[in-house]
Amino acid sequence: MVLVTIIVVGAYILASLGKTASLPVNLGPFLAVVIGLLLCGHIALRVLAPRADPVLLPMAALLNGLGYVVIVRLSRHQAALQAVWTGLGMAAFIATLAVVRRVRDLDRYRYVIGLTGIGLLVLPLVPHLGENISGSRVWVHLGTINFEPGELAKVLLVVFCASYLGEKYDVLASGDRRWGVVRLPDLRALGPVALAWGMSIVIMVAEHDLGMSMLYFFLFITLLYVSTGRARYAVAGAVMFAGAAVVAYKTSAVLHERVTVWLNPWKTAQGSGFQLIQAMFAFAAGGTVGTGLALGSPTRIPAVQTDFIFAAIGEELGLVGTVAVLAAFLIIVAVGLRVALRADHPFDKLLAVGAAAVFGLQTFIIISGVIRLLPLTGITLPFVSYGGSSLLTNYILLALLLRTSDTSARHAAGAAP
Amino acid sequence: MNRSIRVFGVVVMLLFVALVAQLTNLQVVGAKRLNHNPRNTRQVIADFSRPRGVIETADGVVIAQSVPSNDIYKYQRVYPKGLQYPFTTGFFSFRYGASGVESQYSGYLSGRNLPLAGGLSQLLAPGVRTGNVRLTLSDYLQQAATFFLGQRVGAVVALDPRDGSVLALASQPSFDPNELASHNPTVESQAYNSLLKDPLNPMLPRVYRQSYAPGSTFKTVTASAVFDHNPSLATKVYPTTNALTLPQTTNKLHNFGGETCGGQLPTLFTISCDTGFGQVGLDLGAQSLSAEAQAFGFNQVPPLDLPGVFKSTFPPASFFTDQLPLVAFSAIGQDDVSATPLQMALIASAIANHGVIMAPHVLKDVHDSQGNLVASFTPKPWLTATSPSTADQVKAFMVSVVQQGTGTAVQLPGLQVAAKTGTAEVTANATNAWMIAFAPADNPVIAIAVVLPNLPGVGNEVTGGVKAAPIVRGLLSAWLQHPHP
Repeated sequence: MVLVTIIVVGAYILASLGKTASLPVNLGPFLAVVIGLLLCGHIALRVLAPRADPVLLPMAALLNGLGYVVIVRLSRHQAALQAVWTGLGMAAFIATLAVVRRVRDLDRYRYVIGLTGIGLLVLPLVPHLGENISGSRVWVHLGTINFEPGELAKVLLVVFCASYLGEKYDVLASGDRRWGVVRLPDLRALGPVALAWGMSIVIMVAEHDLGMSMLYFFLFITLLYVSTGRARYAVAGAVMFAGAAVVAYKTSAVLHERVTVWLNPWKTAQGSGFQLIQAMFAFAAGGTVGTGLALGSPTRIPAVQTDFIFAAIGEELGLVGTVAVLAAFLIIVAVGLRVALRADHPFDKLLAVGAAAVFGLQTFIIISGVIRLLPLTGITLPFVSYGGSSLLTNYILLALLLRTSDTSARHAAGAAP
Repeated sequence: MNRSIRVFGVVVMLLFVALVAQLTNLQVVGAKRLNHNPRNTRQVIADFSRPRGVIETADGVVIAQSVPSNDIYKYQRVYPKGLQYPFTTGFFSFRYGASGVESQYSGYLSGRNLPLAGGLSQLLAPGVRTGNVRLTLSDYLQQAATFFLGQRVGAVVALDPRDGSVLALASQPSFDPNELASHNPTVESQAYNSLLKDPLNPMLPRVYRQSYAPGSTFKTVTASAVFDHNPSLATKVYPTTNALTLPQTTNKLHNFGGETCGGQLPTLFTISCDTGFGQVGLDLGAQSLSAEAQAFGFNQVPPLDLPGVFKSTFPPASFFTDQLPLVAFSAIGQDDVSATPLQMALIASAIANHGVIMAPHVLKDVHDSQGNLVASFTPKPWLTATSPSTADQVKAFMVSVVQQGTGTAVQLPGLQVAAKTGTAEVTANATNAWMIAFAPADNPVIAIAVVLPNLPGVGNEVTGGVKAAPIVRGLLSAWLQHPHP
């Protein structure tokens, strides 16, 4: 915890030094806010969930802090907003810990949660409420506040699936119908979850949010596989994904363009390939150790504060920085899965896996797009990217994960002599 | 359930390993290649944030300089001469990179590639050291070239045949590099896009990046081929006719404007007789003609020190095997022959300079910001196009063109000018008007090529001797008969 504070504040000072060759004027307040927020979160965690895993919050705070420093360096205005959202995120984190005393309580509201999730997804499509931003219709604006309901729906759908599959997994795993050599599970059991899955993906595609639809797709596959332990779900999922990808490639102009750019960004270097090429230049400019904070020029990349923030990190902190960020995410995923392994109830397990999968898959999806490993599908980098809805949601998800961890640790302590 | 959780953990681990692998590829293994990619403007950004040397002409006129600006990039590149020099200086843009001298000699201008001068004191001297690049171009002559070319589409290039120095380089239409150097991305991209959309293609350096059918100016090469490969043809009397019967076809090669002409090589050259030269070409054969064109620099990129110089083309001998008529057309610079104005100026230089083509160049020297000379261009031969004796004989032909042939329009009192006109029919009703020239004939100090492509019409009013000659005459007079810096 202390180490994270030092790293974040140190990075902040360096960024200011790099930009103006002077100590940041508002170092004092910044220090106070960082320490204050972290301390609040930490104390709340110790009080509300004393046995929760001690690594998760510092890792998330490290990523959040690093992201904030990079955003400060890119745009002061957005940094101020990001600071507010960080505060709100921390508040949501504490509130979630306070309200949800046992994740299993959520089990009871399974369908309410599931329907709310779907409802949130549909929201941007409502006329006058939704708004198109850079080709995707994923935003809702209420008065002056804009938010992406899809982000919040992510948490709700994880809870819904965990809850549903936690109850029906054995039915799904048994495979009680035989069609020749193919053993099929009871399709009725799969019904609601498949419905939620299908709907969310259709909606996402209607909203042109490729990143989110991909995340949902793999999230469901993961949960289905983990709950049943049947590799055939993963295989079937992969086959379906391949099929859907081909169909989407043929029918969706957006996806077609993304794939074309991915295969050869140089052909459209001044057009649709510009962003990706600039990101690659940024990574190359960073090299092994980076140019130093505020000493690179990542502002050349469109959307660098959100989807492409990883490229800014790559330029200014180099391979060392990018691998460190990946390591932080990997730690979060690993701890999340450890929580899942230790949990003693299917719902708890699946919830923890779901949360870990969201962090891991979302990170993979956006970073692989930014570094041209896979076609780019716009999505935020959890905790790091600029964006309120994303930050808020990820803190809620983190709180649920910590709550699960606390519960199972308590249980283990109770069971052990 | 726990087993599948572990499996999922391994999958995530593998995905992250793939990420690290690709990151290593981008940031370490492939970084150098990406950093040197011409589309990468990061280097330019670094260059924008520090002073940059001036580019000036040989007569001391500043044509590119950096002035302090009040925005985030600290220095604004300014081209005081606007439309006059974009094809030499190039531009220095964020989004579109650098071109011309700005690209070619960026290492000097930015100071990054300056050799150390002044020993230890230099190392300890504070401040950024940049290089000021001086070009061989004369602002005086460049202004003359721009003036005489006027608003017509075309290209003018003047060289010093003795050392390959480029004295003037004008191409019309032109563009203002100041707009592309704007720090305002909107101004920058709007300027760039409107230039790209312009059907006249104002960003095209017609002097060295566009080739045209050279027409009769190519007869200079054909005449040289006679002396180099089959001197007996020089005294052969060619029949007087208005149409040349061609092998393998019933088509004939007609003279320009249906004229009737013939005689010996000097006459054919002086009055630019197409039927005569067509037959000369057939007598020489594809092998000799192709070899001569190659010797004069066709099919090779001239070593002009600017990015994106194009080569001129003459087909290989094998190309003509089954199409002998094309040998006749190629001998008069039509059909598959295509030359840049720079190449044609180099042909004039070869004849002017006893058969040797000096490497063309725009760099004269470089001084650092403290005034020390840090680099200078050493003239060097590029090709030996032909022998001194052949050059002298062809030179006499070119003098005759001006005295009594198609080039009388470039006569100047008290000055012996050598020239060759060219009028290449590019379509049924469009013509390229050419002229190549050098002077004074006995001791040439300037060689010029002028092209006015795609002039409407095919009559006598659009010949090189009518349309291109006044530009040549204006430049020769300005350079040789008027005092200048």
